[in-house]
Amino acid sequence: MGTNNPELNNRSSKRLSGAGFSVILIVLILLTVAIFFVSICVGKFSVPLGDVARLFLQKAGFSVPMTWDQRAEGVIFTLRLPRTLGALLVGGALSLSGSAYQGVFKNPLVSPDILGVSSGACVGAATAILIGLGAFGVQAFAFVLGVLTVGLTLLIPRLLRNSAMTMLVLAGVIVKGIMDSAMGIIKYLADPETQLASITYWLMGSMTKVTMKDLLSVGPVIIVCAAVIILLRWRINILSLGDNEAKALGVNLKVTRGIIILCSTLLTASSVCICGTIGWVGLVIPHLSRIVAGQDNTRSIPASFFMGAVFMMLIDLLARNITSMELPLSILTGIIGAPFYIIVLSGQRMKLS
Amino acid sequence: MILEVKNLAFSYHKNEKQIFHDVNISLEAGEVLTILGPNGAGKSTLLNCLANLLKPTKGEILLNGKSHEEMSLREVARILGYVPQNHAATYAYRVRDFVVMGRAPYLGIFEKPKQADYEIANRIIRELGIEKYADKPYTEISGGERQQAMIARAITQEPKIIMFDEPTNHLDFGNQMRTIMKIKDLAGKGYAVIMTTHMPNHAIMLQGKTAILNRAGELICGKTEEIITDENLRDIYRVDVRVIDVEEAGGKLCVFAQNQLRRSSALNYQKTG
Repeated sequence: MGTNNPELNNRSSKRLSGAGFSVILIVLILLTVAIFFVSICVGKFSVPLGDVARLFLQKAGFSVPMTWDQRAEGVIFTLRLPRTLGALLVGGALSLSGSAYQGVFKNPLVSPDILGVSSGACVGAATAILIGLGAFGVQAFAFVLGVLTVGLTLLIPRLLRNSAMTMLVLAGVIVKGIMDSAMGIIKYLADPETQLASITYWLMGSMTKVTMKDLLSVGPVIIVCAAVIILLRWRINILSLGDNEAKALGVNLKVTRGIIILCSTLLTASSVCICGTIGWVGLVIPHLSRIVAGQDNTRSIPASFFMGAVFMMLIDLLARNITSMELPLSILTGIIGAPFYIIVLSGQRMKLS
Repeated sequence: MILEVKNLAFSYHKNEKQIFHDVNISLEAGEVLTILGPNGAGKSTLLNCLANLLKPTKGEILLNGKSHEEMSLREVARILGYVPQNHAATYAYRVRDFVVMGRAPYLGIFEKPKQADYEIANRIIRELGIEKYADKPYTEISGGERQQAMIARAITQEPKIIMFDEPTNHLDFGNQMRTIMKIKDLAGKGYAVIMTTHMPNHAIMLQGKTAILNRAGELICGKTEEIITDENLRDIYRVDVRVIDVEEAGGKLCVFAQNQLRRSSALNYQKTG
């Protein structure tokens, strides 16, 4: 997206020094920690920061004077800590997965569900709700169907013996179409009083039902996949030049791209299965991180994890505090993310052709 | 022998017409090979086979005496640098970061370039004299500058052979000549250079070897002065081409017989009139 305004160009073309980037990364990490504590403290039942600190210390085994309200412990450890950690991990995971996909598909308009992971997960979760499974069943169905859907997408170019990137994207469109139809059937069959409402609620994403147990099962997957993508960040630079150039530079395309697609898919599937589908994060945050940290993936990829985490925790904070009833997350990410995308695009210079 | 190609053939699908067949090439360090041929003859396909981007259906390619088939992509990339046709990048990487990507065949999958890799890239950027845009975004430099950056990246691979796919395409006349001089320069430094072009004069300027890939998918290869003849060029381009001696230019040049142009416009005039 070329812009002819020289001042704007200079602003975004300026490359940070190594030290400048370290400062940005440290600020982002501190911001993540700060918002984390704000999110723990603030809510319908506010807990002062001092009490929160003492509660954490007590959990860690120190003996501290009990200054807090009796209810604070329950609110913090069973409600706010899981959902805040969930928002942190999910925001980071979706942004990282978006960044990786945008690099590998050398297309900045790609979002993590390009290969159909979210559509598949939706069908999985809705099916589980339809047949009356509990929370664990919904999560398991969402995760498995999300991953299977990507598998189906990857199968189509193989069947057609065409390994071009465009073929993969088209396969994603086709599979998503099938999944959306399946979703339509399920919605049509669902009981409008009970099931349809919970399907719809799930489709719009929420951190309300995230428990510590969910985080223990999904957290390690997110952390491992995030680490792999962060380690592969320079290879993503090379892959973004195109297949032939990457191969000519000695990159084993199948293996490298395969690992990145696998990890990104697992990141998205893990996120979707604990809190439903959340739009825009995986599309907008990678752009923002390229503006702030530069287009070089060795910098923008780590930055995008923390930016996503901060963004998601803020969205969750808003979702449960701006009105008396809790708002689904996708409503807020859409209202905030979509207009924000315009600003982001105007500040970024890339060739969209 | 740095590169040896034996009886190479390629077709995109089995049982389909072969793009080329029985191709034999041999190239030594410091030699230049210019490949000419009509549009669609398969020059780029041949380069892609040599660069290990496509798998030939028949024949053998030996790099430094070792067969392609026994080599990984990394090993090939350490011997062979590829300068593709000018392209537009999606992301605005800094030119320096783009050049350092040439270190990829020397780095592990989880590694990123270290100080030493940047030092190699910086030295090559200095040698090519492209420092003035080394810190600019790759998407904002001109086509000629971008090609320089790609050459720098290929040299950063520390290869023995550098291949250029139509390096003079989309360049203005001055930049075309500078590219030809640069290629000669690289050969002088000991690299074996292969390039494809649509300009027979470029082959004449580069001397060395010339190969013609004709419409039948055959490659005739030899010393440039033996290959660039009136008959061969007429066969490729199907127009009346003459190779003449031009004293002022200091050698032979290939020109289009202009009287043909006059005749054809006269014909058109008769038709329309």
